[in-house]
Amino acid sequence: MLPLHTHGIVAAPVPALLKVLGIAEALSGAYPPGKVAVDLRDGPEVDATALGAAGFAGIVTDGPVERHAVPVHVHSLRDGAVVAPGDVVRVRPGTGMVSNLFRRGANANTLFATERCNSRCLMCSQPPRDDNDGWRVREMLELVPLLDRDLPWLGMSGGEPTLLGDGLREVIGAVATHLPSTGLHILTNGRTFADPGALRWAAPGVGRTVWAVPLYSDVSWRHDHVVQAEGGFDQAVQGIYNLAEAGHRVEIRMVLHALTVPRLKPFAEFVWRNMPFVDHVALMGLEPMGYAKVNRDQLWLDPLDYASDLVDAAFHLHDRGIRTSIYNVPLCVLPRAAWPLAQQSISDWKNTFAPACGGCDVRGRCCGFFASAGEGWRSRGIKPVNGGHHGG
Amino acid sequence: MGERIAFKEMAAFRPVTPGYALMPFRFARLPGRQEVLLTNEVGEFAFVADADLRALVAGTLDRGAPAYDELASRHFLAEGNPGAVTRMLAAKYRTRKSALRGGPALHLFVTSLRCDHSCAYCQVSRQSPDKSRYDMSPATARAAVDRMFEVASPALTVEFQGGEPLLAFDRIRQVTDLVLERNQAEKRDVSFVVTSTLHQLDAGMLAFFRQHGFKLSTSLDGPAWLHDANRPTPGRDGHARTLAGIALAREWLGDAQVAALTTLTRRSLDHPEAIVDHYVENSFRSVFLRPLSPYGFAVRAERRIGYGTADFLAFYRRAFAHILRLNREGTRIDEAYAAILLTHILSPFPTGYVDLRSPAGAGLGVLVYNYDGSVYASDEGRMLAEMGDTTFRLGSVHQPWQELAGSDAMATILGAGVAEALPGCADCAFLPYCGADPVHALATQGDPVGHRPTSAHCAKHTGIFQMLFDYLADGDPGTMRTFLSWVTHQDRDSLAGGAC
Repeated sequence: MLPLHTHGIVAAPVPALLKVLGIAEALSGAYPPGKVAVDLRDGPEVDATALGAAGFAGIVTDGPVERHAVPVHVHSLRDGAVVAPGDVVRVRPGTGMVSNLFRRGANANTLFATERCNSRCLMCSQPPRDDNDGWRVREMLELVPLLDRDLPWLGMSGGEPTLLGDGLREVIGAVATHLPSTGLHILTNGRTFADPGALRWAAPGVGRTVWAVPLYSDVSWRHDHVVQAEGGFDQAVQGIYNLAEAGHRVEIRMVLHALTVPRLKPFAEFVWRNMPFVDHVALMGLEPMGYAKVNRDQLWLDPLDYASDLVDAAFHLHDRGIRTSIYNVPLCVLPRAAWPLAQQSISDWKNTFAPACGGCDVRGRCCGFFASAGEGWRSRGIKPVNGGHHGG
Repeated sequence: MGERIAFKEMAAFRPVTPGYALMPFRFARLPGRQEVLLTNEVGEFAFVADADLRALVAGTLDRGAPAYDELASRHFLAEGNPGAVTRMLAAKYRTRKSALRGGPALHLFVTSLRCDHSCAYCQVSRQSPDKSRYDMSPATARAAVDRMFEVASPALTVEFQGGEPLLAFDRIRQVTDLVLERNQAEKRDVSFVVTSTLHQLDAGMLAFFRQHGFKLSTSLDGPAWLHDANRPTPGRDGHARTLAGIALAREWLGDAQVAALTTLTRRSLDHPEAIVDHYVENSFRSVFLRPLSPYGFAVRAERRIGYGTADFLAFYRRAFAHILRLNREGTRIDEAYAAILLTHILSPFPTGYVDLRSPAGAGLGVLVYNYDGSVYASDEGRMLAEMGDTTFRLGSVHQPWQELAGSDAMATILGAGVAEALPGCADCAFLPYCGADPVHALATQGDPVGHRPTSAHCAKHTGIFQMLFDYLADGDPGTMRTFLSWVTHQDRDSLAGGAC
C-alpha cells in the first residue's frame, strides 16, 4: 500500500500542479513544458540549467543541486516512491507537502469531485461536508490535460459529483477533449438525474461514461432508510431510466450489510426485470470507514453468513446475461464457483492483507481488505486457501 | 469522521398511516394448489396465500408481512409516491409490446403450393407437384419484396413456405437476390428461413443457403413407422429421406441452422416418449410438439386423425415430464413451445414468436405473400382462404402497404386481436403470456372474437400454463435450472446458479 502524500523540500513561488516525467518523455513534447517537472532522480546526468531554458516548470531530485533555472524544485522526499514518472502531483512550498493526484499504472485513478452530498448513507465511507469546494472544478480542469492519454479508465467520486452542475459538464468536456479514448466511471447517487434537465451536465459523457448508481433495495423505504433520504429510491430509479434513455451506460452498485442482504435475492430479480439494460452490477462488501463505523451495530454482518445469499444473487444476474462482479469480499469466504466473479476491487492505496493471508495460495488473485478494516471487521472465515482445501 | 448527524429509523421513510395503492393485476387458483397465482400487466408473478390476497385487495395487507415486500418488489402494490413504480411498469410494458414498434418483421413467401407429400393433416391444401400454375410468378415476387421493404421493421425475416418451396427453388433464388439488392441501401437486419421437407435438397441449393446464412425448418413426426404413417410419400420412404436431408443440411450449414417440428395426430398421442427420444437420437436440442391445426385438409381428416384438447394435454404433460427427466440426466432438449411461454413468464423480454401475441401477430407481426399475389395477415389466414373464407386477405401484392394496412381484414384483426379487451381473456391471469388469435377463432367458432369457454385454443393454453405454473410453484431446483437454460439459451451445466 503506497501512500498518496509525502513531504519534502519544495522550492516554489506558489503551490503548483505538475506532471512528473522522465527526461526522455519530457523532451518528447507530449505535455506543455510549463506543466512538467522533470524527474532527475534515476536518470542520466542532466544539466538542470538547460531545462529551465527549455521552459520546464520544475525538477525532482534526490537532494539539493547547485544550480538550476526552473521555478519549482522538489527534493529530499521522505518517501520517494510516492512520486514517479507519469504521475501528477500537487506541491506546496509552505508545508513541503507533495500529494499524488494521479498515479501512472495504478489499478484505479479517481477525480475527487466534491465533499458535498445530498444523501447521508448509513455506511458512507467518505462522510460529506458542506464546504464550498468550487476550487475542485478548477483543479480537475487543470489536472485532466496532464493525465496519461492512454489511460483506459478514469474514475470520479465524491461526495456527489452531480452537485457540481455546470462544473461537472466542464470536467467531462475536458476529459472528452484531452483524453478522447479514456472511459469515465462516475459514482453518483443518480438522484440529480431524476430531473431530465440535469442530463445536460452529463451530455458530453455520452458514449464514454459509465454512471455507477447505488441501489440498496428493491423497495423504496428500505433504500431510503439506507441512504437516509426520503424519495431517494424514486429519484435514483428515475435517474437511471433518464440516463439510459439518453444513451448513457449505467452500473448498479449494491453494498452488502445487515440492512440490504435480507432482500438480496429479490433485488437481483428486480434488476433483471426492471433494468436488464444495465452495463454491470457490482455487489460490494462494506468499507469500514466513516459512518460505517458509527453504525456498525446495525450494519455488520459476517461475510461468511451472507456468502450463500450473495452468490445466489450474483449468479441470478450472471446467468441472465447481466455482467456481475463481487467486490471487497475475500476469496476464502466465497465458494470456489463464485471466484470468477470476484474482483481485486480495492484501490492499491487502501489495500492490505491479514496475517492469515501469509500462506495463502490465492492471495495474488484476492481483493484482500481495506486497510481501515480492523480485526472487528474481518470475517471469522478468513483463512489461507491451500491446495485442494478451498473456501466455502 | 465529518459532522455528527442523527440517523433516522426505517419507519421515518414510510407513510405515517399505513397504506398503499394497488397496481393492475389478475389472479388464478390452480387446480390442487393452496396458494393463489397473481400476475401483473407486465408478466411478473407471485404465489400468495388466499388470506394475503384478500387482505391485499381490502387494503389491509400488513406492511410487516413477508408478502407485502414481495408484492411491492414486483409492483403489485405501490407505497408512497408511485412515480418510480409507474415509470418502471411503463418501461416493462413498452418492452413487452416492443414488437409493435416496427410493424411486421416476419414475411412469408409462399413460392409454390406444389408438394410431393400427401399428409392427411396438411393445413395448406397442397397441389400435386407438376402444376406449375401454383408457383409464384417473378412479377409477384418482385412486388412482394417491394411490400416488405415498405414496412418499417429494422429486422426482417424472409421465410419461404409452401407447398414445398424447394420445388420452385428459382423463385427462392430470385427473391433472395432481390432482397439482398434492395438491402444494400435499406441496411435492415435480414435473415432467411426455408420451411421444407428437405427431400429435394441438392448441392447447388445448399451452397446457396450457406452463402446467405439460411435456416432450414422441417417436419419430423417421430420414428419411421409414425412419420411415414402421418406423412405419406409415393416412395413410402419419407422418414428416411427427411433424415437424409437433415444430415445433408447439417453438414453444409451446421447443426444450429436446422430445426424440426412435429405435428401430432391421434396416432402420435400414445407415443410421447418415443417422439421425444427420436429427436434426441437425431441430435436435436429442441422438439416442437404441435397439435393439429383446424385448417386445410386437417379439417376433412378430423374424424380420422383428430382428438380433443384433453387428450392433447395428457400427451403433452407426459412428454414434458419425459423431457425434464432427460434434462436432469444431462441431455439438452427443450420443448420449443414451452420455451417460448417460459420466456414470456420468466423474462422481461418478448419473443419473436408471432402466433401468441396481443395484439395478435397476424398482420401486425407477420405478412404472407401467396403464390397467386394475395397478401394475407398470417399463414393461417391464407389456409382459411384456401377453404373459401377470405376474411384475412389484406389485398394484393400490387397495392401499397398503407392500403393493405388499412384493409377491412386489418380492421377485423384490430377489433378482435387485443386480448386485453376480449371477454374471457381480459381477466385471465395467463393473459400477459398468452395472445389473441382471431384467425383461429373465426376458423373454429365462426367469429373472430370467439368464445373462450368453448375455445380449444383457450383450453390448450390454459392447460399448458397451469402445468408450467405448477412446476414453478413446486420450484424443484433441477426443473428451475432446466427452465432457465431454455429461457437463456445456455447449456444447463454452464449455469452457475440455476433457480428461477
